Amino acid sequence: MKKVLTGNFAAAYAAVAARVQVISAYPITPQTTIVEILSELVARGELAADFIKVESEHSALAACIGAQAAGARTFTATSAQGLALMHELIHWTGRARLPIVLANVNRAMAPGWSIWADATDAISERDTGWMQIYCEDNQEVFDSILMAYRIGERAEILLPTLVNLDAFFLSHTSQVVDLYDAERIDAFLPPYRPAVKLDVADPRSFGALTSPDYYYEFSYKIQKAHEAARQVIAETGKEFGSVFGRSYGLTEAYRCEDAEYVLVTYGTIAGTAKVAADRLREKGFRAGVLKIRYFRPFPAEDVVRILGRAAAAGVVDRAISYGQAGPFYTETRSVLPGAGPALTGFIAGLGGRDVSVADLESMFLQLRDGKHSPIVWIGVKP
Amino acid sequence: MNAAELQKKTPFRLTLPEEEILSPGHLACQGCGAAMAMRYALKALGRNTILSIPACCWAVIDGPFPYSAAGVPVFHCAFETAASTAAGITHALSRLGLDEITTVAWAGDGGTFDIGLQALSGAAERNDNMIYVVYDNEAYMNTGIQRSSATPHGAWTTTTPTLQFKKGPKKNIMEIMVAHSIPYAATANIAYPEDLVKKLQKARSLRGMRFLHVYAPCPTGWKHAPGVTVKIARMATECNVFPIYEVEEGVYSINRRNPNPKPVAEYLKMQGRFHHLREEDVQFIQSRVDRDWQRLIKLEQAFGKAAGT
Ligand SMILES: Cc1ncc(C[n+]2csc(CCOP(=O)(O)OP(=O)(O)O)c2C)c(N)n1
Ligand SMILES: [Mg+2]
Repeated sequence: MKKVLTGNFAAAYAAVAARVQVISAYPITPQTTIVEILSELVARGELAADFIKVESEHSALAACIGAQAAGARTFTATSAQGLALMHELIHWTGRARLPIVLANVNRAMAPGWSIWADATDAISERDTGWMQIYCEDNQEVFDSILMAYRIGERAEILLPTLVNLDAFFLSHTSQVVDLYDAERIDAFLPPYRPAVKLDVADPRSFGALTSPDYYYEFSYKIQKAHEAARQVIAETGKEFGSVFGRSYGLTEAYRCEDAEYVLVTYGTIAGTAKVAADRLREKGFRAGVLKIRYFRPFPAEDVVRILGRAAAAGVVDRAISYGQAGPFYTETRSVLPGAGPALTGFIAGLGGRDVSVADLESMFLQLRDGKHSPIVWIGVKP
Repeated sequence: MNAAELQKKTPFRLTLPEEEILSPGHLACQGCGAAMAMRYALKALGRNTILSIPACCWAVIDGPFPYSAAGVPVFHCAFETAASTAAGITHALSRLGLDEITTVAWAGDGGTFDIGLQALSGAAERNDNMIYVVYDNEAYMNTGIQRSSATPHGAWTTTTPTLQFKKGPKKNIMEIMVAHSIPYAATANIAYPEDLVKKLQKARSLRGMRFLHVYAPCPTGWKHAPGVTVKIARMATECNVFPIYEVEEGVYSINRRNPNPKPVAEYLKMQGRFHHLREEDVQFIQSRVDRDWQRLIKLEQAFGKAAGT
């Protein structure tokens, strides 16, 4: 079944399609319609779930943690300040190996108050053990949430996933979304049946005091799970394609086969970059786009393989790690061999500033002419 | 001596459930009131119980990975999330058709009166189906005896040194919880295990948010010998420092009365944390204890069982 949906509705309908059993979330612009529609669907009985209407994001994620540990599939959604308030529990979820899925509407951090798109909120949760997906359109939001449960719940993975969608550009923009049919989704995503959970017949403690004798190995195992996830993500994305007709990988390479100049980017900017690449190709400029879907685990192999063929590449970040550079730039840089290609970091669109096709065309051209600096500001006002 | 032999020998009938669910290998200090509280609580609640335990002494007492002394499933949660984590657990259990399991949030006074108060208030306002137990040792003991808002006036802690001892009253957590109109709120004291067990059993038979404020001395933090924990706890109630009462659907009942309450000075004398107090400090504390007790009596007169008739 196809519907015209905003990104937020796509996220909410994905939670419904995944038959989540417990939801706990707290409203924040621009995520609010996710909690509103889910409240409505739960009230109408269209989703057989408990929605715990908590008093903060902190409690929202704590409640999801408790529920998931007790054996329920859970869902939450937030944005910016809410995600930051969850931070301690974001770590908790990752280390507790609970495959919770969180839809995060990427929004700028205050002050000044901004409700517009910026990925710095999610980037700040980089080192927490969560997998992170950045979506380009509403269909990808829907599909990614379904796949996130399927991948995260695998016994060898057991990791939570942050599914990111850009504020307003996706959260409040309507697009056609195929919701498929419940039968196929249920077959793709069977009920959550964790091997270990809070169980009175098998009493265990979870998250107890942990000496240096054990903590190190717990961390090692989280890293191993992320490494294993790369292949599971690729396989699941392919399987998803065979069932539903849309395949996904850790990245999406657009016109990169023969590209001389490649822009690496994520979220909605990827869509605009594809248009810029098309336009430049009409003029004989061999442009390509490497969209990063998964920031964690980082798709090192794809990046090396695809950028390795380019003369020069740039990374477009709608985020910044102050005192260094764009976070995707530094990650990309870190996996490339010293020999190249030449890499430029572009900072664009912070706080929801528009990033136009013309901006992206100019970035492509700078790759040809540029000095390949780690930070190039796009449209900064004096 | 087993329980049956003990019953024969003593004039009192032992009414506590015999089964020991908490195993003896836990890590509590000698004379720890919090360990006694858990032992009695598990006797009352049985094995069909899941605990959510935040950062507090009990996060350590249960034992390091891979050990656990509790004998029931324990989810160790973040300091301020005992209630919110338990909310998730109890909703999941209900979704999974496991309603007969009792979800218990088990937190210290710091995790309840201070950092976890918001989450607790949220869970209480929603009337989430759990028993919330605060074992009150009147300071942050896990981190080495720092003051909390449950620390009483006059007490020494490492952050309220004797030259600047804790000023101001202990936060009245019971009144805060009663103000949420929850089905059941009660105080209990490890010196009166039968009362504690009875209250937890009553709490278990009810639904929604049930709150227990349990008095649990800490020899390490209060500076008294491990052997006198129960004596001090009993003294707290006998001098009206810690009255034993319950509020069921808004109806107050004082469960223990002292026709001749002991002077608070006797209670204070037993603990090193009060040794710096001068005569006038002690008098002031006595006056506050008397005032609070009178207030409780008035509450019972106004909102007790007799009030409606
Ligand atoms: C967010 C956070 N802040 C501070 C701490 C450090 N901390 C751990 S336990 C504790 C005090 C606990 O006091 P209480 O709740 O009274 O329990 P007790 O230790 O007395 O049993 C503190 C401050 C923490 N774990 N998490
Ligand atoms: Mg304490």
